[in-house]
Amino acid sequence: MDKRITILAGHYGSGKTNIAVNLAFFLKREGKNVSVCDLDIVNPYFRTKDSLEDFEKAGIRLISSEFANTNVDVPALPQAMYAVMDDRESHFVLDIGGDDRGALALGRLAPSILEENNYEMLLVVNFFRPLTKDSQSMLEVMREMEQAAGIRFTGIVNNSNLGEETTPDDVISTVEKVQAFSELCGLPVVMTSVREELYETLRGKINDLFPLKLQKKYY
Amino acid sequence: MAEKILMKGNEAIAEAAILAGCRHYFGYPITPQTEVAAYMAKKMPKIGGTFLQAESEIAAINMVYGVASTGKRVMTSSSSPGISLKGEGLSYLAGADLPALVVNVQRGGPGLGGIQPSQSDYFQATRGAGHGDFHMIVLAPSSVQEMAELTVKGFELADTYRMTTMILADGTMGQMMEPVSLDFAVKEAPEKPWATTGTKMEREHNIVNSLFLAPEALEKFNFARYDRYRVIEENETMYEEYMMDDAEICIAAFGIAARVAKNAINEARKEGIKVGMIRPITLWPFPKAPFAKAAEKVKSIISVELSMGQMIEDVRLATECKVPVTLCNRVGGMIPSPEQVLEAIRNAQK
Repeated sequence: MDKRITILAGHYGSGKTNIAVNLAFFLKREGKNVSVCDLDIVNPYFRTKDSLEDFEKAGIRLISSEFANTNVDVPALPQAMYAVMDDRESHFVLDIGGDDRGALALGRLAPSILEENNYEMLLVVNFFRPLTKDSQSMLEVMREMEQAAGIRFTGIVNNSNLGEETTPDDVISTVEKVQAFSELCGLPVVMTSVREELYETLRGKINDLFPLKLQKKYY
Repeated sequence: MAEKILMKGNEAIAEAAILAGCRHYFGYPITPQTEVAAYMAKKMPKIGGTFLQAESEIAAINMVYGVASTGKRVMTSSSSPGISLKGEGLSYLAGADLPALVVNVQRGGPGLGGIQPSQSDYFQATRGAGHGDFHMIVLAPSSVQEMAELTVKGFELADTYRMTTMILADGTMGQMMEPVSLDFAVKEAPEKPWATTGTKMEREHNIVNSLFLAPEALEKFNFARYDRYRVIEENETMYEEYMMDDAEICIAAFGIAARVAKNAINEARKEGIKVGMIRPITLWPFPKAPFAKAAEKVKSIISVELSMGQMIEDVRLATECKVPVTLCNRVGGMIPSPEQVLEAIRNAQK
């Protein structure tokens, strides 16, 4: 996480927002000046704005559309999004909407991100999602996203999970899959993210494990 | 153990429909159900099916009418305002005794309302989907797994009784993600000798129609349809009871409200309050019997709804107002919290 900009993109429902939120707190704990920029134009629900209160407490700036989490579905980008390039003192975590339709929003910033060349773009994968259960369909989605975004991915985050029911064995069962995918697309597996309850059990069994604190659900 | 995948409720509906043999989907995008259409758009072309984004909800429901006439399994999905637009088509489907699956992932209303979850289309689904005397079978899932299972069940019921089945979900059920096992049995569609499949010069023409020149004939079909409804009420009512054995207070809730209520019941039980729940799975036919039975032993019923109180009327009818039935609700896209329901339970206990 040494680059100034960390972009999280991936297929629909792969867990990008959860990882973006947790990465932001991780970077903050490392003492960095951290901002989160929400560029999701696909899903009006489950946005980084759910974590606004915690961001504010931690001193993390959130740049998000005023329509996120409201009663309307307006796929608008936040006015302040250009801070990503204007405020180079801050480390930015970019949360991109799912699939190629979501990646399209990144196109606006892509030329300046490439010019500065201080970014990493991580593909979040969950092999338990129905339309990306194998490497080949994952690769197709990945290429579609790169084409839409105008930037290539630099690494993979294995976020394979079955929600609250995920067992350590479920995660372990995807290690080979993500390795095979890594060889197919030529990108390194940067980390494997698991909800924090599984972290201790899996530590030492999987490289570069990253614990995730998830939003509380009451239904 | 069956393979599990992580799905949104909307995706589970789409995949289950495909498993049930549905190869024709017609729809029009509207939040919070758009993933049904998006999933179909990706999958249907790969399996030789038809996905068509119609020019409007009205066009989509009439395309459903067309395919249903040929006897093929067919569906459409929408959210509240879009379902209102489909009302005319739903009535025509009923008038022509055609089987179809229609999904309503409800959002806040009336009017344009908002995209957050709601249950305020209960009246529309169970009583007034369109003009004329008719019902739809209405199924109310309460988990992503049920979104899948009731979709398959919905096609089967539609075929068996030659009528529309509606899945009445809400924005939360459509958007939430849970692990799903799609390893369940699907019954083959029955023979449909009435379908317009071409006579091949071997039989009389089949006519699918809701127009009758003689009022006597129209009356006959209406009576026959309601005879069929009585069979459905007898045989197809579904509900879940939760901790009702010793319950002194009964909660009535379906869909997302039932999930919240379950949490509240668990908390109330820790406080020693004897509370249980009846969760209707079929909203039409409404499970009258378990409520009538409950009314003999509980001291009150709380209807937990994301509406201004719609199902509560069915609860009162089923219990013949023998015990007080109160409402615990949020509207406009808001969901009751477990604390709010717990407070309602404590008040009922006093």
